[in-house]
Amino acid sequence: MRVFDALRFRMATLFNRSRLRDEMEQELRSHIAHRADDLERQGMSRAEAERRARIEFGGREKYKEQMHAAQGGHFMETLWQDVRVSVRTLRKSPGFLTAAVLTLALAIAANAVVFSVLNAFLLRPLNVTHPNSLYQLQHANEASSYQSYPDYIDLRDRNRSFDSVMAFTADEVGLDTGEGDPSEVWIEEASGNYFDALGLEPFLGHFYHTSDEHGADSAPYIVLSYDYWHTHFHDDRGVVGRAVRLNRHPFTILGVAPKDFNGTLLFFNPAMFVPLVEHPVLGANDLTTRGDHWVFDVIGTLKPGVSEAQAVADLNGIGNSLMKAYPKDEKHMAFTLTRPGLYGDYLGRPVKAFMAGLMLLTLLILLAACANLGGLFAARAAERSKEVALRLALGSTRVRILRSLLTEAMLISLAGGAVGLAGSVALLRALTAWRPFVSWPIHLAVNPDANVYLVALLLALGSGLLFGAVPVRQVLHTNPYEVVKAGSGGSGRRRVTAREILLAAQIAICAVLVTASLVAVRGLVQSRRAAFGFDIDHTMLAEVDLSMAGYTGDRVAPMQKRLIKAMQSVPGAEAAALADAVPFGMGGGDAMIFPENAADLLPAHSIGSAYLFHVSPGYFRAAGTRLVGGRDFSWQDDKDAPLVAVVNGEFARRVFGSTANAIGRHFKLKDGTRIEVTGLAEDGKYSELAEEPQLALFIPILQAPNASTTLVVRAKDGTGNAAELLGAAMRSTLRGVDAAMPVVIETRANPLEVAMFGPRMATVSLGVLGLMGGLLSITGIFGMAAYSVSRRLKELGIRMALGAQRREVLAAALGRPVKVLAAGSTAGVVLGILAGKVLAYIVYQANAHDPLVLTGVVLAMALLGLVATWIPAQRALSVNPLVLLREE
Amino acid sequence: MTDQAQLLPGTLDLLILRAVSLGPLHGYGILLRIGQISANALLIEQGALYPGLFRLVRQGLLKANWGTSENNRKAKFYELTVAGRKRLEEETASWNRLAGAIAAALSPQPEEV
Repeated sequence: MRVFDALRFRMATLFNRSRLRDEMEQELRSHIAHRADDLERQGMSRAEAERRARIEFGGREKYKEQMHAAQGGHFMETLWQDVRVSVRTLRKSPGFLTAAVLTLALAIAANAVVFSVLNAFLLRPLNVTHPNSLYQLQHANEASSYQSYPDYIDLRDRNRSFDSVMAFTADEVGLDTGEGDPSEVWIEEASGNYFDALGLEPFLGHFYHTSDEHGADSAPYIVLSYDYWHTHFHDDRGVVGRAVRLNRHPFTILGVAPKDFNGTLLFFNPAMFVPLVEHPVLGANDLTTRGDHWVFDVIGTLKPGVSEAQAVADLNGIGNSLMKAYPKDEKHMAFTLTRPGLYGDYLGRPVKAFMAGLMLLTLLILLAACANLGGLFAARAAERSKEVALRLALGSTRVRILRSLLTEAMLISLAGGAVGLAGSVALLRALTAWRPFVSWPIHLAVNPDANVYLVALLLALGSGLLFGAVPVRQVLHTNPYEVVKAGSGGSGRRRVTAREILLAAQIAICAVLVTASLVAVRGLVQSRRAAFGFDIDHTMLAEVDLSMAGYTGDRVAPMQKRLIKAMQSVPGAEAAALADAVPFGMGGGDAMIFPENAADLLPAHSIGSAYLFHVSPGYFRAAGTRLVGGRDFSWQDDKDAPLVAVVNGEFARRVFGSTANAIGRHFKLKDGTRIEVTGLAEDGKYSELAEEPQLALFIPILQAPNASTTLVVRAKDGTGNAAELLGAAMRSTLRGVDAAMPVVIETRANPLEVAMFGPRMATVSLGVLGLMGGLLSITGIFGMAAYSVSRRLKELGIRMALGAQRREVLAAALGRPVKVLAAGSTAGVVLGILAGKVLAYIVYQANAHDPLVLTGVVLAMALLGLVATWIPAQRALSVNPLVLLREE
Repeated sequence: MTDQAQLLPGTLDLLILRAVSLGPLHGYGILLRIGQISANALLIEQGALYPGLFRLVRQGLLKANWGTSENNRKAKFYELTVAGRKRLEEETASWNRLAGAIAAALSPQPEEV
């Protein structure tokens, strides 16, 4: 209450300023009148008495000022004054203002973004009713939580520590709504108690419940996620009760999940929820095999009053009895409890470590920014030392002067904080809307909330205090007499200061980052021209899920042949073939290769592991993979024919010693099958751009039937958008073959995007960090150069008066900052070249010895130096010795 | 005038509280009352009184109301609040202790005689 009253009083004094002034004036006048009355009574004339009373009273204005201060209204008033003065002075030096605000904005933005991500992944609770009692039942021996369905049922029914134990698993299925083409969607198959235990209310319709489950395929229901309903069903409230097909099986849409609920895994946003008991219908597993651990995640809501340790003991008891009862199927049934959002410790631990590291790094960036801004402020204070001295001499207090300096710092910190926060909010919105992979429902919900705004504000104010405090000592030690007498003469300090070392280190780090990002950019540009071993510009891929469309067993091979025939007749197609997987695509396996004469097929005796592709005849022509020797497969290479293979050059060199004698030789697989090499394909890239040469093995699909089907179609001489037109033609042809078959058509280059994701992200992060480092270095050098110039202004003036050339003046004024820049840059480039070797693991052909890169770095650092020293240099050159000497 | 003693820091507030403890007074009245009770032995700048008054009002030790003076002029009258009366008692006691101690310390000691 008292605080509130005091505050109200202060506000009142601020707003009733003129009324209070009037009142004070009145009171003082009344005093003087009473005194005059007394004097008059002693015999003076009225006029004389009044004059005398006024003289006796003394300086009325001074006392009024003191009365104001005594009342406390002073603080807000001086603050307002300080703010107005600061705004005026800041507007006079736009270069300083821009540099300071921009530096701080970048540092604050970096912190806000990182904190926001940290907040979203680690601090913000899950969007369910009791997020704090929700735990993941994680294996004690590894960071995973998979179980078999019977295990889940036992855990659910036999524990005494949890209100509910839920289970879910993710799956990709073909959705056929009856309108348009069937599509592939990611679903979450969740146990019947899932929604009830999480305490959720449907947005629309209703959920399914435990009571709906009566064994396999007893609950063909769908609950749509809000986002999917919004984007794919266009907010149609009529979807409830509608029948659709998943992998050709009929399902009914029951309702829509609440708006902000996307499952309990933070990154993974399924399109819809389906009862777990439907899994056998959609996939290959059943609900009864105890050894088949296909259930992805088991989570539970702890009963109130039960400790984690008690719950773990309870679960371990169940686990022990299960291991005794089923020794063959159960091995690791000890548990720990973890947070479910990031799949327990699997993502939780690395994300925690990574985010903590990143937060520390960005805080360091902010600290470096503060140090540099402190330098800028020190330079400003030095420039104004004369003004400060004059104000001190005229009776202003040091506190008052420090306050005006601090107000300036605060204004800049608030402006920087606001700009930074605005930028970070835009970035975070974009991040939230971003889908890094087309075919995966990966989603980073990192929208900022009140916590983020608060942290940004506190950081901005804190850094304002920090860099505003740098010139305090300078002002406190100002001796007005000395300064006015001697002018701002520089003491020729020559030793290396801590500030210079810090600055050199910053510049070095900046140069490392610039080098690394240029190397990465060069690498990315060149990676497009890498020897992929297949054509990327004129080829289309169609991924067809035959099992989703109901083709299994013996029906697969004839369907595949039909598809190839259909593709070959598509207008615009030059060649078409089929593979179970393609390089850089999803799926695909590998095989351990053994020499023909290997006695036993132990992994230790294997020559190596090869990428394994099952391909149809004509694949190499369609994919644009050159056959260097031997022959392509034919339709006669089927189950009844001898086993044959096409291998790549690396395979031939590693297994047979050279490519020359590979054709006709034999090798063995792990299962003992002996295969003859009948063809030799060129080397290529298979899963990463920066990979070492890899072994690749192609086997005729008729000799190893496989339902996974990717059609590879090459366009007739690619002009412009030939490939796109081909894609459209392929889609309509495939629809003609089987309209209910889910198909994903993409360009050959598209799957490469996933492989490029890592290098591209590395490049972008390096670029962003490099930009920040660059800006920090600019403010650092700017501050130092400005300080150096203003301290030595008199010396420079004298030199000019004695006939020094512009070049000499510049050397004197900026020699030291430029030396620091050069030293830092050199160290940075050397380190950058070393770092390039590390970068080569991520980015294809990252090579720091590239002359183009080195030139780029040198240019960038020179440009940085030029920008940073431009204003101080102008100032040094514009010194007018006459004016300067007269002022002294 | 030269006989008047300079005020020790902090004593003005005590004198003001003492002056108004006998009844509400306006600023000039307080000045006169201090002169009267101290037998004009203390030097107080007239204007310096007012920042002190404002400070005491803000601390809640005095309250002020506009009224009419004996000279039939508008004036602001100050009077003690309950907190002000309590403060006056405390300060008086502590001042007396201090003054007594200083006086004892400064008085001629037996060995000096």
